[in-house]
Amino acid sequence: MPPDDFWLIVLACGAATFVWRALGVLVTRRIDANGAFFRWITCVSYAMVAGLIFRMIVMPESELANVVLPIRVAAVAIAFGAYFLFKRRLVAGVLAGGLSLSAMVGLLG
Amino acid sequence: MTELVSGKGAVTRKALLDAISLPAFILFFTMMGFGSLARGAGFSAEMAALASLLIWGLPGQLAMVELTRTGQGMAAIVFACSLANARFMPMVVAFMPTLARGQVSLPRMLLDAQLLSINSWAMCMREFPQVESRYRHRYYVTFASSILLAAVAGTLLGFHSAVLLPAALVLGLIFVSPLFFALVLSAVPGRAERLSMLLGCVTIPLAHTFWPAVDLLITGVVGGSLGFALGNWWERDNAA
Repeated sequence: MPPDDFWLIVLACGAATFVWRALGVLVTRRIDANGAFFRWITCVSYAMVAGLIFRMIVMPESELANVVLPIRVAAVAIAFGAYFLFKRRLVAGVLAGGLSLSAMVGLLG
Repeated sequence: MTELVSGKGAVTRKALLDAISLPAFILFFTMMGFGSLARGAGFSAEMAALASLLIWGLPGQLAMVELTRTGQGMAAIVFACSLANARFMPMVVAFMPTLARGQVSLPRMLLDAQLLSINSWAMCMREFPQVESRYRHRYYVTFASSILLAAVAGTLLGFHSAVLLPAALVLGLIFVSPLFFALVLSAVPGRAERLSMLLGCVTIPLAHTFWPAVDLLITGVVGGSLGFALGNWWERDNAA
């Protein structure tokens, strides 16, 4: 049975994440959605999210780190190939990428 | 240009279909992983489900579970979780105006912000140009609540199931999440935005090597500012 402290951890972590969301709301209420600051922070978000995705694929801390980089990169290429081949269907790209990674790991790794 | 999706029924249907077609499954499986990790760290099933519901950001949830498992103090756990989810601040700032709601009360905006995750953010940035502006909020709330529901369900199932999938298949499932984001964001329009994403990918290896704790914040500010400046410069050049 987990100690009561663990409830507190969950609640505090929820609150600590909410602080960032609330800060975002307070800022967004004060800015002009057509202004330069809004366009800049949109760019910041895109760079951040792209960096996060790049990190997940190229420098993963998950079990993906056990898959060699060439396999990961090849699977991304296959995913994009299938995505564009099938008229930009996300399902096609994701299935092709995920399955090809599994297959390459099964065959080579 | 195709016609805009409009009307309550059509927009709700599109949001549900877009969620069920892929993101709901991805979150379901990802959060199964989280549920199983949370169990290993000593959390109860209810706690794990509440964490998915309240934190609603996987990097922060993973930080919480990992630091708890290794017996860190409360302050360190909360700080690490918060830092891992700091990206929500710029994401919320950039996202709220795209909902095109005009003036709404603070509590409503906070509720919208709480629902936001990287999945909804990326999906809305991609799909909003095809949704009539006054129905965007409906699209967002429908989509975001559907995937949140799938996430909580996945957390509970992951916690309770001891199903062992073949290792190669598990790796494929883990891989699906970043892959999905990459595909979704490849369709985002705008020169400055696309440049920012490219520069984010260039910045992250350096930032991650030297300042791993704040690598995403550095990447956002450096890549985003450069992308913003270059994009503006390009537009001005071509307008002149």
